Amino acid sequence: MNDTIIQLAYLVATALFIFSLKWMNDPATARRGVLAGVAAMVMAIAGTLFNPGILGGNYKWIALAVILGTAIGVPLSWVPLTAVPQRTALSHAFGGLAAGLVGVAEFYLMASGAHEVTKFRVGALCAEVLLGFLTFTGSLMAAGKLQEIKWIPSRPVTYSGQNFINLALLAIAIICCAMLVMNPTEYRALFPVVVFLALLFGVLLIIPIGGADMPTVIALLNSYAGLSAVAMGFMMDNKLLITAGALDGSSGLILSIIMCKAMNRSFTNVLFGAFGQVQATSAGGEKKVVRSCTPTDAAQLMEAASLVVIVPGYGMAVAQAQHRVREIYDELTDRGVSVKFAIHPVAGRMPGHMNVLLAEAEIPYDDLVEMDEINPEMPQCDVCLVIGANDVVNPAARTDKSSPIFGMPIIDADKAKAVLAIKRSMNPGFAGIENALYYNEKTLMVFGDAKAVTGEIAKHLAGDEAA
Amino acid sequence: MKHMIPKALTLVSLTLAAGAWTCAEAAAASVPIPTAPSPEPHAAAMDYVATLFVFMLATFVGLDIIRRVSRLLHTPLMSLTNAISAIAVVGSILIAGQSHESFHYNLLGLVAIVASVTNIVSGFLITDRMLKMFKKREGAKR
Repeated sequence: MNDTIIQLAYLVATALFIFSLKWMNDPATARRGVLAGVAAMVMAIAGTLFNPGILGGNYKWIALAVILGTAIGVPLSWVPLTAVPQRTALSHAFGGLAAGLVGVAEFYLMASGAHEVTKFRVGALCAEVLLGFLTFTGSLMAAGKLQEIKWIPSRPVTYSGQNFINLALLAIAIICCAMLVMNPTEYRALFPVVVFLALLFGVLLIIPIGGADMPTVIALLNSYAGLSAVAMGFMMDNKLLITAGALDGSSGLILSIIMCKAMNRSFTNVLFGAFGQVQATSAGGEKKVVRSCTPTDAAQLMEAASLVVIVPGYGMAVAQAQHRVREIYDELTDRGVSVKFAIHPVAGRMPGHMNVLLAEAEIPYDDLVEMDEINPEMPQCDVCLVIGANDVVNPAARTDKSSPIFGMPIIDADKAKAVLAIKRSMNPGFAGIENALYYNEKTLMVFGDAKAVTGEIAKHLAGDEAA
Repeated sequence: MKHMIPKALTLVSLTLAAGAWTCAEAAAASVPIPTAPSPEPHAAAMDYVATLFVFMLATFVGLDIIRRVSRLLHTPLMSLTNAISAIAVVGSILIAGQSHESFHYNLLGLVAIVASVTNIVSGFLITDRMLKMFKKREGAKR
């Protein structure tokens, strides 16, 4: 009887999780989605606590763990929005750790004969432990790279035979798993080896990946965290774990596919390609002319425009310039200039990063436009203001077959009547590729820190109005 | 009108998933009743096939729903699914709560609870914090 009630609670929780994600299709209903998710989680936890197998004396320990988790979780939700990619990666690490630890406990319970052993369960357990621990260390590495911690190089690290070593490690881990499935009691000594290889593999997998590929990798790790929950569900024969994990897994999968498409690259290329090294430039010593202007010139140019398209990139996030951008947006819209934001899917360090930053600066989301929708409008655009974006506006992606980013869909900033690019210096961007847009004769560079420059432009626009 | 078809599709897939679950539950429940001499291997086989069915259907539902999530909201989506994947808390509680020969097992479960609850709490809170910021243009009517 009790068991039926628990299963029904799980059933309702699953439905609520599905609604939670469904309501995310529109910003107007999205907050309802969070509520549904919370309700689902409460049902899931409450249902589990009623499980007859749980010993009365252990509730106090569980309560303690929940309090401790809450105490860590609440401050983690206060991070500045520019740090959201790191926080997300860190959460994936926690998720992987939880799955991995449950797997370890369950394995030794099975091996000591306390829990029933079937080949299917051991197989699921191995998958859970592999995915869980590789997500754990991989996500920690990713978080470290995003946070730019000193001893984790944010540039990709490569060495010869890298892919061979990674694949060999994975193969050894899978062979160990296969032997464990055959006979978990006899080969129990192999289990720590699997755990160790998974931890190591997670580190090695992320080391060669550069910052520009982080959106894909974070999405992929998201998927792994979900799949490890699925594997846990198979092992424990718990359908709620399977459905919720599958929802998470498919979400991560779709996001990483979108990211890959937006960079015109394949999964294998992202994972094994070690993109983002400074390329040996073929440009040679040819001196190209760059024209620059002052923030005041930039302000005057935009005042006279009727359509301004702003292309934000990671540089805007780093400089925390979004609030100054909002001031520019306000001043310009007050004068009847229509201002739109062109959002490239991989701008920033995680999917949708720019949208959140601009929403934080209270820019209405109706003016945040996707790449595919803005591109046909670009020829009508009078001024295109590029703030801290680089590769996503590089016309080489359309024209230069030798460029590493050739074929990647870009925002056609070069089709605008004039381009203003705010940049600290002429150093190449994260992918290490020269940007032909900056040498275009329609382009004016505004050198300086994105926050300082946008601040000056905004000040000039505001001052003009007052006069 | 345009939204009718996706809505209907979602409804159908939901019904299918729920139906599959019910069947799986019924199958799981009905197996022990015959009390045949050795129903064990058969029951186990039924069990995991049923869970594979649930997994497949849930994945299709997931792919279908996520595909329609607004691109504006991909960052909040990720933190939301982050919180949802912390459903691993269910397994953690089971390990931490059961009685084992050694308390070490419970300890592993408890650490797993701390990690999952951290994700649940911070995931939902930050998702809501981000979503609060998405506002329509003032006075805009659509």
